[in-house]
Amino acid sequence: MAEFKLPKNSTYTKGKTWSADEGATNIKRFNIYRWNEDDGENPRIDTYEVDLDKCGPMVLDALIKIKNEIDPTLTFRRSCREGVCGSCAMNIGGKNTLACTIDIASYKGDVNVFPLPHMDVVKDLVPDLTNFYAQYASIKPWMQTETPTPSGTERLQSQDDRAKLDGLYECVLCACCSTSCPSYWWNSDKYLGPAVLLQAYRWLVDSRDENTGERLDALEDPFRLYRCHTIMNCTNTCPKGLNPAKAIGEIKKMMVERQG
Amino acid sequence: MALSILHRASGAALTGGTLLITWWVIAIASGPAAYAQFSDIMGSIIGKIILFGFTYALMVHLCNGIRHLFWDMGKGFELEDTHRSSRLVLISSVILTILSWVIGYGLI
Repeated sequence: MAEFKLPKNSTYTKGKTWSADEGATNIKRFNIYRWNEDDGENPRIDTYEVDLDKCGPMVLDALIKIKNEIDPTLTFRRSCREGVCGSCAMNIGGKNTLACTIDIASYKGDVNVFPLPHMDVVKDLVPDLTNFYAQYASIKPWMQTETPTPSGTERLQSQDDRAKLDGLYECVLCACCSTSCPSYWWNSDKYLGPAVLLQAYRWLVDSRDENTGERLDALEDPFRLYRCHTIMNCTNTCPKGLNPAKAIGEIKKMMVERQG
Repeated sequence: MALSILHRASGAALTGGTLLITWWVIAIASGPAAYAQFSDIMGSIIGKIILFGFTYALMVHLCNGIRHLFWDMGKGFELEDTHRSSRLVLISSVILTILSWVIGYGLI
């Protein structure tokens, strides 16, 4: 159900300011969402002044610098630092993106860093993605076949069929798109969301997969697929430049076309 | 995103507008006195503003509905296309609204 106001225990307050060392000239202020289940307090926004002359170019570089040198309690996920793992997805400057591939210089003024919107927060910038991953598992993201495996060779695919997976296989499941989608905000218990539907389409369109009918049956439901109203936030925000809205449109087309 | 919420809002407004049409039809069926009352209220400045808003909601919903038809055919999903089509919807809905009122008043 849609809620238009934050619950009382989610409204945030102004927190601590961590000033930069004296003598720093190239200072950028990072306002970062902090919340810790253990202290029983409301979330707060801490401000960290970072000397950009002693910091790497990306927002993730600044977050790591803050954790290493200013405040070790700051908690966030990160791994590959080059946009292929999807761990450091967060809301920066009002837009969901990967902290590792977004330039600090692309933000004028302060940089506001929040966890992915409308998700339960585990701590600070770490959202609870349990439901998101369960939804991914529900579309059976592996190749399903009926015919016997060819002996001594792989299941082959023409170059044209392989090209159909371009723009789909690159998805790293960072959840930026799903958590930018109002339909997913209101109905994430029943609607699969753009990321998982893009993955569903990745298997639907794979020429080697032989369970297309069952896969479509599993999506034929008022909520799982059809809560997409082509709002386009997913495509707008995707840090990998993919187009989940188009993939969902293609699934809807497949639903109609199979009725003959 | 802005157009998505405008589509929903205009759809809700059209529900209200449909009640106006129902009132209009009932007023016609009920005789001259009821119809005169309807005409007086909807012919007033406030009534005209409501009708103008109704027309605009109809045009936004119509134009954006056509945009949705293209999406249903799998066309126009690229970001550049969606930005272009959203501008097209916003501009054409205003033009169509004004045009219907100009034609309605018999000015052309």
